[in-house]
Amino acid sequence: MAAPEAYPEGLKYHAEHDWARVDGDEAVLGITWFAQDALGELVHYEAPAAGATIAKDSPYGEVESVKAVSDVIAPLSGDVLEVNQKVVDAPETVNDDPYGEGWLVRIRMSNSSELDALLDAEAYRAVLEEQ
Amino acid sequence: MQTLLRTPLYERHVALAARIVPFAGWEMPVQYEGVIPEHRAVRTDSGAFDVSHMGELHVEGPSAHAFLQSVLSNDLDRIGDGEAQYTLLTNESGGIVDDLIAYRITPFHYLLVVNAGNRETAYAWLKEREARGSEVRDASDEYALVAVQGPHALERLGLPAARPFTHGLALLDGIEAMVCRTGYTGEAGCELMCAAEDAPALWDLVLARGVTPCGLGARDTLRLEACYPLHGNDITQEADAISAGLGWACALEKEFTGAAALRRIKEQGPTRRLVPFVMEEKAVPRQGMPIEGGGEVTSGTHSPMLDVGIGMGYVPAGRSAPGCEITIDVRGKPRRARIVEKPIYRRRET
Repeated sequence: MAAPEAYPEGLKYHAEHDWARVDGDEAVLGITWFAQDALGELVHYEAPAAGATIAKDSPYGEVESVKAVSDVIAPLSGDVLEVNQKVVDAPETVNDDPYGEGWLVRIRMSNSSELDALLDAEAYRAVLEEQ
Repeated sequence: MQTLLRTPLYERHVALAARIVPFAGWEMPVQYEGVIPEHRAVRTDSGAFDVSHMGELHVEGPSAHAFLQSVLSNDLDRIGDGEAQYTLLTNESGGIVDDLIAYRITPFHYLLVVNAGNRETAYAWLKEREARGSEVRDASDEYALVAVQGPHALERLGLPAARPFTHGLALLDGIEAMVCRTGYTGEAGCELMCAAEDAPALWDLVLARGVTPCGLGARDTLRLEACYPLHGNDITQEADAISAGLGWACALEKEFTGAAALRRIKEQGPTRRLVPFVMEEKAVPRQGMPIEGGGEVTSGTHSPMLDVGIGMGYVPAGRSAPGCEITIDVRGKPRRARIVEKPIYRRRET
């Protein structure tokens, strides 16, 4: 079942509907509830390779529903440490739990000052309200 | 900018919190709960689609039959009163102006149900060629059309099973509807045509019987699993009926617009063919993606029943047999697929 709409406190958000959960110099990335709802049930996750370098504001993967494909935008720069194989195998995990089991990649951040440019939950909600 | 049209059921879709999108000049529901659950509802039980955007043309008069025989590809002599036929409106080169279903009421009265996006083209095409003693009338605004599809569709409506491609009048809770045993999903079921003003009551009674409301998103995935071509994607005025695999709907022994061209293409063999395929690697094919070695995807999606990417596209005729492997350029990445027999998905008989 699809998750109810939520934007947890404690996560960093990017206006392109991505989130980051920061832990030391590592971060786990995913897409927000809004993004998965707009796409509908996901059927494919085109993941980056482990070890790939990703750059803030640039696409690092693709998520697809029956109807549409969407780039996933990196909220932070870094190297991919791990891809969530559960989402590769069962992309609908993102719809069920976008901030938990439905994470997309874990990275080692290359520039922690980029965190300053990200939004908190309240600021991201304000972005959504403008749309 | 053109104002988008609304069907008589627009308010119902809004009330059901459907996601509404522009389609062929109409504001139509693309999904209610979601494409995948709606798709599965139709495959396992029943689903209802508002297809009132489609066009209805009456062709009436003493020469109606002869006139339609001269412009439609299929042979209307093969059907009787109360029957229907899938057929094509073809141009001189054998290209497809529209694909449609002709319902024979009497030899002097046919009803043609045409694609929403081609309603004006098809009407103008017929009107220009109209023969003495037949009259074409666009009655699209007078009717609503609700498709109720799925293995339990007829049972839920309390309608008896009937042969596919037949039609008749019925009363459903006092609402008069033309019940047509046709559809676009590959499942049993019917399409109900009623007066536009009766549409909300008809829709309500269909849903009250436990039929799942379904949007155009599921309609597209269902028709693609069943390998029904979509005009504008898989078939166009530039694509001839033989290459499109619709030779079975072309009675080449009779004369009609484009018959000579189609006979020539059939005799020489088409250079390309429209084929269904299933992805062998994880990827979702989409319309417009190139197929290596020449060719293009004309429709693509993710099959909710098979849980893989599926599609249709044109490939060189020499490499169009079921079993042939093709490679699709998925945004710069080569992805393998295999040509399969039609349909891509067939429900197991129970």
